[in-house]
Formats: sequence, C-alpha cells, structure tokens
Amino acid sequence: MNLDFSEEQEMLRTSARDFLTKECPKTLVRELEEDEKGYSPELWRKMAELGWMGLVLPEEYDGMGMEFMDLIVLLEEMGRNILPGPFFCTVVLGGLTILNGGTEEQKKEFLPKVANGEMILTMALTEPSATYEASGVKTKAVAKDDAFVINGTKLFVENAHIADYLVCVTRTSDGASPEEGITLFLVDAKSPGIKCEVMPTIGADKLCEVVFEDVSVPRQNMLGKLDRGWPIVARTLEQATVAKCAEMIGSAQAALEMTLAYVKERVQYGRPIGSFQVVQHYCANMWINVDTGKSILYEAAWRVGEGLPASKEVAVAKGWINEVYKFVAERGVQCHGAIGTTRDHDMGLYYRRAMAAELAFGDTDCQREVVARQIGL
Amino acid sequence: MDFSFTEEEERFRAEVRRFLKKEVTEELLKDLEERGEVDFSREFTKKLAEKGWLAMSWPKEYGGGGASMMEQLIFGEELGYHHAPSGAHRQGINLIGPCLIVHGTEEQKGKYLRAITRGEVVWCQGFSEPNAGSDLASLQCRAVADGDDYVIDGQKVWTSNAHRADWCHLLTRTDPDAPRHRGISYFLVDMKSPGITIRPLINMLASHDFNEVFLDNVRVPKENMIGEKNQGWYVSQTTLNFERSGIAVPASAKRTLEQLVEYAKETKRNGKPLARDPIIRHKLSEMAVEIEVGRMIAYRVAWMQGKGLIPSYEASMSKLYGTELVKRLGDIGMQIMGLYSQLETGSKWVPLRGRIERAYLFSLGATIAMGTSEIMKNIIAVRGLELPRG
Amino acid sequence: MDFKLTPEQESLRKEFEDFFKKALKEAPPGWVAGLETMFSEEGWAFHRSLARQLGKKGWLSRPWPKEYGGQAASIIEQLLFNEVRGYYGAPGVDVFGVGMLAPTLLLWGTEEQKQQHLPPIAKAEIMWCQCWSEPNAGSDLASLTTRAVKDGDEYVINGQKIWTSGAHRADWSFILARTDPEQPRHRGLSYFLVDMKNPGVTVRPLISMEGSHLYNEVFFDDVRVPKQNMVAEENQGWYVTLMTMNFERSGVAGMMEAKRTLEELVEFCKETRRDGEVLARNPFIRHRLAQMAIEIEVGRAMSYRVAWLQEKGEMAAAEACAAKVYGSELGQRLSYLGCQIMGLYGQVKRSKWAPLMGRFESAYQIALGMNIAAGTSEIMRNIIAIRGLELPREPRA
Repeated sequence: MNLDFSEEQEMLRTSARDFLTKECPKTLVRELEEDEKGYSPELWRKMAELGWMGLVLPEEYDGMGMEFMDLIVLLEEMGRNILPGPFFCTVVLGGLTILNGGTEEQKKEFLPKVANGEMILTMALTEPSATYEASGVKTKAVAKDDAFVINGTKLFVENAHIADYLVCVTRTSDGASPEEGITLFLVDAKSPGIKCEVMPTIGADKLCEVVFEDVSVPRQNMLGKLDRGWPIVARTLEQATVAKCAEMIGSAQAALEMTLAYVKERVQYGRPIGSFQVVQHYCANMWINVDTGKSILYEAAWRVGEGLPASKEVAVAKGWINEVYKFVAERGVQCHGAIGTTRDHDMGLYYRRAMAAELAFGDTDCQREVVARQIGL
Repeated sequence: MDFSFTEEEERFRAEVRRFLKKEVTEELLKDLEERGEVDFSREFTKKLAEKGWLAMSWPKEYGGGGASMMEQLIFGEELGYHHAPSGAHRQGINLIGPCLIVHGTEEQKGKYLRAITRGEVVWCQGFSEPNAGSDLASLQCRAVADGDDYVIDGQKVWTSNAHRADWCHLLTRTDPDAPRHRGISYFLVDMKSPGITIRPLINMLASHDFNEVFLDNVRVPKENMIGEKNQGWYVSQTTLNFERSGIAVPASAKRTLEQLVEYAKETKRNGKPLARDPIIRHKLSEMAVEIEVGRMIAYRVAWMQGKGLIPSYEASMSKLYGTELVKRLGDIGMQIMGLYSQLETGSKWVPLRGRIERAYLFSLGATIAMGTSEIMKNIIAVRGLELPRG
Repeated sequence: MDFKLTPEQESLRKEFEDFFKKALKEAPPGWVAGLETMFSEEGWAFHRSLARQLGKKGWLSRPWPKEYGGQAASIIEQLLFNEVRGYYGAPGVDVFGVGMLAPTLLLWGTEEQKQQHLPPIAKAEIMWCQCWSEPNAGSDLASLTTRAVKDGDEYVINGQKIWTSGAHRADWSFILARTDPEQPRHRGLSYFLVDMKNPGVTVRPLISMEGSHLYNEVFFDDVRVPKQNMVAEENQGWYVTLMTMNFERSGVAGMMEAKRTLEELVEFCKETRRDGEVLARNPFIRHRLAQMAIEIEVGRAMSYRVAWLQEKGEMAAAEACAAKVYGSELGQRLSYLGCQIMGLYGQVKRSKWAPLMGRFESAYQIALGMNIAAGTSEIMRNIIAIRGLELPREPRA
C-alpha cells in the first residue's frame, strides 16, 4: 500500500496551482460565465503548451503518457480554481472515449489534435429523459448507403456550442436490453442538420441542447462496433464520474480554506467568530467531509486507473462526494454570513457549481442504487 | 498511489481469517451474549496470546510481535469484522502496556508486561470522575504520600470492566495547588486492595459493563507510581506508535451490514423481500457508502503511522466518524426490522439474535466514551484547522 | 383547548381568501413570493398596486388602535390574514413600514410622528427600509459605529449600512446610529427616521448570488435629520428595536408559502413522467414529499402556538425564534427537494427547458439567505438556549 502521491504528482499539483492562480483568477471565471463561448482561447493555448490536454494520452499520439491519477491531481486543481471551459469534455468525455474505443486511424486522426489543443470534443449522451442510463438513448441512427443518418435531441451536452466534434451516442437497433443496440459516432459539429443552443444553468457551464435533423455521418466515423457501443460509454462514464469527483473535491477544499480564513479574521462580539464552538464544529464537519472525500476519491481513482473492477468504488465516491461538496459549500456560505450570498463573493461560485456537479453523471440517488446492487441487494 | 496489499499481507490476512472463523464462532458469540459478556472473553484473549498475536503491536523485546503497521491494520480489521471480543485485553494491550514500555521502571516492566502479553491479567482504567468527564484534568481523586505508600481517596465512574479486572491504572491528584495538569500522578492499583468498592452502573441494554469505583483509604506502594510524581497527566498521554486507526469500527459495521443485507433478502413483507423495497435498498446502500468511507479514514491513519507520523486530529476524526456511523447503522437497522426491532436477545422472535437492538443502544455510549463527539470536533478545529480557542 | 375558529373568524378568512385569490390573477407570469422577486421591476409594480388595494380596504392597518385608523384586530385575525396572504404568495405588505415601523411608532412615537407617518403607511403611499446592519456589525448589531451628532436642532449622520433590503425602492428608512460612543454598547444608540431623498444618502446595489437585487449598501454622508425625527429618547434606540408586542410574528406566511410550493411540486410530480412512470409513483419522491408535508404541518402548528401566546400577551421570544429557524431551514430543505426532484433539469435557469419556470434553481440559492437574514440560525438558537431554556451564557473572551 502507498497512499502518498509521487513526487512528480506533487510537482504537477504545485505547478498547476501556480499556473491556474495566475492565469485563471476569479475575475476571469466571472467574465467567462457571461461570455458566449465560455472559455478563453488564450488560456486554452497555454494549457495545451503545458501538455495538459495530452496528459494521459499515450506518447504516440503526442500525449505525455501519464497515469490516470495524474489527471486526477490536475482536475483537483482545476476544481479548486473552477476553471471554465472545455477541458473536461474534450479530454475525459472525448479523448478518453476515442482512446477506449477508437480504431487506430481514429486515434491517429483525433488524439494528436486533442493533445495539441487544436480540437474541442464533447459527448452527446443525455436526452430530454435526463438519465445517464442506456435506456435514455432514443436518438436514432439509420444506415443509408455508406453513411448513417442521425435524428434526435440531445440535452445537457457540455460545450457543444464550441465543439469541433461530438461523440454522439445513438440507438441503431432495439436489443434485448437497453444496453444493446447503442452505437457511437464521431460527428463533425458543423454537419448540416445540427442545431445547437446553450441552456442557461446554475453552473453557467454551457450545457447545450443539440438537435440532430437528418445529420449524415460517414460510416468510418463509427466509434467501436455497430450496436455494441454501450461498454465504451460505460467505461467513459466510470472515468468521467471519478474525474468529476476530483474537480468537486478540489472545489470543496478551496471552499473550506476560504471559510477557515474568513472565520479566523471576522470579528464579532470582540473575538474571531472561529473561536465560537458552533462555528468550530461547522468547520470540523466541513473538514471531515473534505478529508473523507479525498480518501474515497483516491481509492476509486486508483482502481479505475489500474483497470480493476470499480463500479462499487466509483458509485461510493460519487455518492459521498455529492454530499460532501454540497455540505461544504452550504456551510461555507453560512459561516460567511450575508456576504457569502452575494454574486460578487467567491463562495457563490462554488455553491452554484455544487449543485451542477451533483447532477453530472448521476445524483446521489442514482449512485445509491448502483451501490445497492453491488452489495448484493 | 497504490491501494493494494502485498502477497505477504494477503497471506497474513487469510491466516487471521482462518483462525477467527474457527475461534470466533456463532456459538461463542451467542454464549457471551447470554452471559451478558458481549465483547469480553478471557479465553479468547488467551488464545490470541498463544498464537503470538495478542501483543503483535509491541516491540519484540517486551514479548511483542513487532508487527508492521499494515499487519496491525489487517489484524484489527479482521478482528473487528468477525466481532471478536476484545474487552479482556484492550486496556492492557493498547493503553497501560505501551505506557509502561515508555515510562515504566525495569521492575514494573518485569512485573506487568509479561502478564499482559500472556493474556493473564485484565486491566481497567480509572480516569473519569463524576465531575471530570470531558474536562478530565479537573479530576479530584486524591493520593497522599504516607511512608512507603500513597493513600488514595476518591471516586471514579464509567469504569468499564472494573468488576472483571485484576488491576486498574488510575489517575489521581497529588498536588492540589499546582495548575490542573501538573498535579496529577498515575498509579497501578490492585483491584483486590482493601478499600475498593465497586458499584455496578447498568446501561440501557441492561448489561453490566460500567461501574463506579470508590477508593476509601486505599494504600498503594510508592513503586506503583508510573513516571514521576505530578507528571501523571503527561505520562498517561503517551502512547506507543501502535495502530490506532479505528479500523475495527467500520470493519465490524461492515459485517453487521452484511447481516442486514442477508436479512433483507430473506425476509418478506407484504409477500415481497425487503431487499426489493427501494427505500430499504437505499438505506442499506447509504450505509455501505459510509462504511467504505470509514474504512478509508482508518487506512489513511494507519498509513500515516506507518510513515512514522503521529496522527492527532486525524485519529479524532476516525473516532468521531466511526462512532457516529455505528449510531446511524443501528438506527437504520432498527427501521428495517420494523416492529421486530424492539425485541431483545432471548426472544424466539428476535432477528439476528438482537444484535441490531444492541448496536442501537450501545452506540449511544460510543459517541460519549473516550472523548465525546463534541470534544473530537474541538480537537479537529483547534489542532487541525488552527482555529482560535473558544 | 380548541382549534376551531369562530364564525366571524371563518368569514374573515373567507374574505381574505376571495380577495387574494382574485388579486393574484394580476401577478406577473411565473410569480414566486419573496423579497427577491418583490424588488424586481415587475414585482415592485405588482407589490405597489396590491399594497394600494390593501390600503384602500384598510387591511394594512387592521391591528392598529381605532384612533389611528385601525380596527384593533386581534393577533389571531392577523394570523389569518398572513396565513391566507402567505398561501397565495401575495406581496402588498411592506414588511418594514407595516411590519416593523408602525408597531414601533405606536409604542414609542410622538403624536406628531404618528400623525405624520402612520397614514401614509396605512395607505401604502410610503415604503420603508431598515438600516441596521453594518459591515462590522452583523450578528453583533450593538457594535455598530454609524454616528449621529447633535448640531442645533438637527442630528448629522455619518456612516455605512449594509444588507439593506429594498433601499433602492424605499422612500424612507428607519436607522440605528450611535449618539454616545462613551456609553456601554447598547446604551449609546438612537433610532431615527430618515427621508431617503435627503442629501448625503447614497444607495449602492449588492447583487445576490442568483442575480436579484435585494440588498444594498447605504452610505450616510453628513445627512442632516431634524431632531423630531428621533424615535424615543436619545440613547434609547436599542430598546426601541426590541420586539413590539401587538404584532403577529409567528412566521405563518412563510409556512403557507411552503405549503403552496409543496402543492405545486406534488402537481408537477403527478404530471411528469420519467422512465415511463409518473414521478409521483416513485417511492423516494413520495416519501420525501410526504416528509415535507409533515414538516410543514408541524411548522404551521408552531406558528399558531406563537400567535396564541402573543394573543395572551406573552413575549414568546424563544418560540418566535424557534418558528423563524424552523421555517428558514424548512424552506432550504424544500428548495433542495425541489431541485432534487427535477433531476438534471434542476440546474436550468428560467427558460424554455426549465420546469416550473426554474423557480427551484433560484430557490436553491435564495434559501441560503433565509438562514442569515433577520438573525442567523446560530443567533436564533442562542436566544432559544439563553432566554427560552435559561442556559448560562457562553463566557465572553
């Protein structure tokens, strides 16, 4: 057993923290909330130069060939700073999916562009049914000559409005189970018939409605096998869920630190409010939440990285961290008092995202059902 | 980062498991329950001693096993999981023995340590008093020097196993004029000494674990003092770096949860197994999540210790989290069993031999004993988060 | 004990019902009760129009003594009014003027002050705001430092107030300022009535997390106030702010807003299908909604009890605090439940995709303030512990 990060990982954390603190101040976060694109191309380029987009991609595709746990470290720091933009969807939802299920040609075509920051990807999975289960996929792809024609509506698609390609999850046949008959396509976002609209959301994170109307995709853009795409999605979802947990823990850690600093400094009744036992207990509870969240995150991330069965651990992590982040953000605001409820205070940036993050890849109820099955129920 | 165990560690775990399957049988547990001695078995403690595992955390020169932190963790996890009784050795192995190793005279070491590693002596802890609970340093039990002895007068309370113990390690006040922490001395007291009266405190489970201990002119030879006079507070705070991750609690909870899952699968209500009821599924699943979290907290504490770091507020968190977890588990178990949950051990209708009802009641004390949850949070806030003292 | 209303009370409630049911038809689309919505452009117009109707009916001044145009309505009658108004989510009652200042003036004001200020409050011509909190005087209000210095027949006020709800809409404000810095904290404060159009008053908006403009900072820069605008004696201000008795403060309106919200949520669950099944058949959702129904009934019972104690002339400080903290925490749980039930849609702001006009997305954020404004939950619990349960005070540093 070794529960420490390697020296390289510690270095990655430090340099990521320094970089993001400098390049992604909260003023930029706020600006990008209002921005139509929702990301800074300049920052994106700098991140690419640091090799972040290719961090976990193999070297033969211009990546850095690092481990999944390294990505976790980086995502924690991104969560800490609430980095806006398409990193998560490009690297985790797009890049890893192609790596997991793509042909050699597809990998060669797409991954170097991802690594170099030339391409923004995302995954179009969820639909108005608002579930991450295969049963929710109703968007149809029908073979026509050497192409497939896609029709349907995708909802809550991250950053589709700026994506170059979408990994579109479609139904190509009705199998015995909802998981059968799912096929993935790499769809050029500029294809005729695609309509994209950004939805206003609490996290201001550019979730989109994407309508596919007779969108034709060449057969060679199929990712994985016909009707057998779900295992690729499942693998991505597992990775993405843990990755999301990492962002959330980084955010929760920042919210905790901000709160600790404030309660030490804010004086009422002639003493720092952090000396009142009730505030101390709030803070102790917040810290316990964050600390336990980290432990449970790292175990899940390690298993996913090692390729071990991890359904239970991932669901445990997300189920727990959903509550951790919400709790810490909510108590953090309470410790700040009214100032914490204002638009211009950073606590709100975290509090709003705590909700969006819980919903992503399954809320607590969804995770609990997975765990229930895993413990033999 | 790497969460796996080495092959050797896995082998050790398997061996412990085999041993516990054989020794901690349902019959043994049932017998202890019926005798009102849940968690207390001198026989089992002796068996651990024979196996050479009882003092595995101690250095070899004192008859210990010199086990690594990971071995101790695994051992603790398996013991907890199998609900092995530890009441007969917990005080000796975890508290007074290590303290003597650090602070004891050669004579004291010779006299007491061997008996502990053989599992021959049961110890109890004379710390809390009626007016010194969370605020232990305000204790008033007096010890006054008189010739070659000290004469001890006072009262202790919440003394677990005092009625079963051979010896007591006891904190007393030797200098009432010194600042609170600096006038305390630490003694080893034979429970058969004249002047000791034990009065049972029956807990909510109607079982007898706690006691009041009255000391009335109890004479204790000077050589029974550990460390220097008036240094008792600091001596009693010393602990060896043995594993104190608190792993036994989530491990034991895990077993209880498994039993509850079994129960839910086998028990039908309205013609449907409880396990198909979505609300019950989620309650059990919530506990599974919390138990995994508890296990990771403990792993992390043990890992810190293995690196030679001393956990302080991290261990407080483990204690706090674990005991609160058991409370929720008891509560959820009761909800799942519905009307049956109120039955007690001995009823032919009682599910799981009343284990859940016991856990429900017993867990109340766990968040109080050995430092209340509130004190644990204070420690976390002040030592861990460096918030200003209140 | 008797929970039944008298026939007069029943018919009064019916009258309130008929009025508010009809009045709410004029509400702007997607109207949700709350100060955040009330101070918006369209919310304020609705509030004012409703307030004028209520003023015309004499309902804003019903609890007042007859000589000031009131009907000396009992606490229970006020409870009924607020209950119905709360259920329909109706604005129209200036929480500061009608709710706080009028009872204060009735108790402490000079005849002149009453004659000047009560009629415009009763007719909803003048709206008020409350300038109490300061950047360094929040929970510890008595440490406030805004100064009022006597200068001839006037006082000159200097300082900064914060978290002033609706200051940007208000015509007048009542403020607490320090008149004697030498006195112990509570004994050097005075209570003034200040026209917001006074030179030297500046209002700066503080935008809330979800984007609404409720709070403000208010700066007083050499603001001159005639000394007849002081309520009660100099340095008596703190005691003036302590609760006045003849005004219902059970929190019933908030509880009824919650009840209505729950009903809407239940409707939504009955109409909305997920995975081919209506949400209302989902056992978790059923239990959570049922739990909320239980909690709301409990809250309503608490409100009735507070009102009843008040009716009997008791201070009921601890009970009123309990109702406040219970209500705000319940409100928070209800907003969270709403979001939870919406699933992925819970995060969507008011738009074509948002169920129930996105009300829970903003409720999730607004709910935070309820545990802070008008006495944090921590302070409420301190009051319950000290005044209600007579526990000893925490040692002061």
